[in-house]
Amino acid sequence: MSVSNLLENWSQFRHFHPVDDKPHDPYKWAMSIDIDACSGCNACSVACYAENNIPVVGKERFQHGQQMHWMRIERYWPDHDFDFPEQGAEFLPMMCQQCEAAPCETVCPVGATNHTADGLNSQIYNRCIGSRYCSANCPFKVRYFNWYDYPTDETVWPAEMNRQLNPDVSVRGKGVMEKCTFCVQRLRAAEVTAKGEGRIVREGEVQTACQQACPTSAISFGNLVDPESRVHKQWQAQQVEMNVDEQEKDKEPGGSHLRGYRILEELRPYPSVMYLERVRESAI
Amino acid sequence: MKDIREDIAWAKINRDVLVSLENPRKLYWVIVFGALSLFSVGLGCEIYQYQVGMGVANLNNPNVWGLYIATFIFWIGMSHSGTLLSAILHLMHADWRKPIYRFAEAMTTFSLMTAGLFVMVHIGRLWQFYYALPYPNDRGTWPNFQSPLLWDAMAIFTYLSSSVLFLYVGMIPDLAICRDNLHKGWRKKLYTLLALGWEGTDRQWRNFRVTYLTIACFLIPLAVSVHSIVASDFAMSQQPGWHVTSFPPYFVAGALYSGCAAIITLFIILRYVFRFEDYMTKSILKKTVRLTFAIAMVWTYLNAVEFAAVWYGHDMDAKAVLIQKATGPFAPFWWGMVFCGSVVPLMLAFKRFQTNIPVLFAVSLLLNLGMWLERWMIVAPTFSHGYYPWVWDNDQWPSLIQWGMVMGSFGWFTLLFMVFCKVFPSVSMYEVKEMVYHRSLHLKKNETAGQGAH
Repeated sequence: MSVSNLLENWSQFRHFHPVDDKPHDPYKWAMSIDIDACSGCNACSVACYAENNIPVVGKERFQHGQQMHWMRIERYWPDHDFDFPEQGAEFLPMMCQQCEAAPCETVCPVGATNHTADGLNSQIYNRCIGSRYCSANCPFKVRYFNWYDYPTDETVWPAEMNRQLNPDVSVRGKGVMEKCTFCVQRLRAAEVTAKGEGRIVREGEVQTACQQACPTSAISFGNLVDPESRVHKQWQAQQVEMNVDEQEKDKEPGGSHLRGYRILEELRPYPSVMYLERVRESAI
Repeated sequence: MKDIREDIAWAKINRDVLVSLENPRKLYWVIVFGALSLFSVGLGCEIYQYQVGMGVANLNNPNVWGLYIATFIFWIGMSHSGTLLSAILHLMHADWRKPIYRFAEAMTTFSLMTAGLFVMVHIGRLWQFYYALPYPNDRGTWPNFQSPLLWDAMAIFTYLSSSVLFLYVGMIPDLAICRDNLHKGWRKKLYTLLALGWEGTDRQWRNFRVTYLTIACFLIPLAVSVHSIVASDFAMSQQPGWHVTSFPPYFVAGALYSGCAAIITLFIILRYVFRFEDYMTKSILKKTVRLTFAIAMVWTYLNAVEFAAVWYGHDMDAKAVLIQKATGPFAPFWWGMVFCGSVVPLMLAFKRFQTNIPVLFAVSLLLNLGMWLERWMIVAPTFSHGYYPWVWDNDQWPSLIQWGMVMGSFGWFTLLFMVFCKVFPSVSMYEVKEMVYHRSLHLKKNETAGQGAH
């Protein structure tokens, strides 16, 4: 029974990603973020909190570094002298990179984090025992742990606020790990609708909350397998490929006209998020 | 200096050891009381953390692992010297181990039990820990056999059950002595049950020897593998400062090191508390000290190898972690580790300190402090200075809850150990008799040889 189940599913469970023998079909959800367009307004982060029932932990816990922002805006100040110091920081929106060969997946003792057929790095809250090994092994540190029991915490969700919770997303109790899901609830809904109509999800039919909220359209999200999608076109234009650990951009000596890169690519997690380098120098 | 006097009568050995089961010095009760209070502190902290959530430990993202994991490695490490003394030295026929291996083995068992507690208090959902066990279920869900943490759980469980077995089997002839010599009561019933009808017949002795030897042979590779697997938790990960190829042997050396230091500490305590001066002699102490010194140097060497490999390697992130360890916020602890782990043991090289009990007591505690710091310095700095610059220098000082549980673990260990020593003979009576017998035979042979020369 379950032993045969184990053996049968083993190779599937631990199939090496990314794979050429089993290409993603019909979906591979991916993202590209144009840092040049990002103004650091944090709308994406707020939208993410609202969409995904993320607890707002409060000032004190934030000071302890226990905030839960799945989508965070990182600020970097260039360390070299530059002409307009008042122009401030450079911004980097950071969330789970949905790696194809995710370092978090292999180390989870209970297999609570897995790879889905449509290229997502999934997290099963009910299975998680909270060993936090996934976070320890995550190079991007984008996994967030429920340090407290937020659903029962009156300061996080006062009674009347329960009605603003998104009914499509589970509310996580204490002791489990969570992270950006690429708004999997929206993806599943769109996939099911499309399947009922005998087609695949069309470009523009599904948006992540962060993408939807971005005032400068810095975030594009879609099906990388679909040649019509904006994400696919962007990745192609930047000659960024999923299955390699060094892109064209890095191969050209002395800079390149290409802007697309993936973060910590050399560690070979094969992230599903491409960033477009900032080119402008002016203030926001 | 002799390991043991040849003229101790067998009856005296029985008497001296059996008295330890009934009548220790007052200090014993002081230690037990202290241990109990420490344990209560730890227990209180755990109850609080269980109720409120892991956040009270003051962990955060990225510092998701803290003192719990560091102390877990510390206790696992401590367990290794029991096996070294009882199994490896047994195979090597080093008979000086005989009066001290029993308590070393007990130390193995109890430090493993303590380490197990840290796995429990570390996980976020303690009430679901059984998800990590591979039990058949109708949902067909299994743990992830690829995770080093799962190997860990299995290795520790195997090691714990084997070392309990080893401890028990080695104790059977002594349990029979206890059964035969103690007056009626619950203890007599306990010993009668556990002695399994031991009568000391020839056949029983032969079976006993073979069993003991078999378990010893089984236990040695197991002990090495257990700490290698604990090292794999780090070495198999991708983080700078952790994915070091030399970690498994380094961990094993560190384990033997802290274990030997703990044996010296407990040796000195037991010798005084249970009046074992005739058995736990200074000569044996000296041999243990020399062994500790040798292992300390091996550990120092492996440490240097690791640093050199990182320093001259091309992994800039690992190098940054190393530099941060030596100069960053963890610097006092890191240098403390180097001092306690590599400089303090140099004292053990001097003959005059090798039998100086107060000095050795202090030194052995310092060595273990160094080894605890080592484990902390493996775990913590990588979190505050990993790959991702956004989380750099985000160091999180462990809360009192974490410290309380670390203290509590020492209480728990001491409590278990002290209760064991009061209920079971902590010096192996039958092996000490063997030792005395062999030594006296040897003496006689020399005497006759000496007479024959005339």
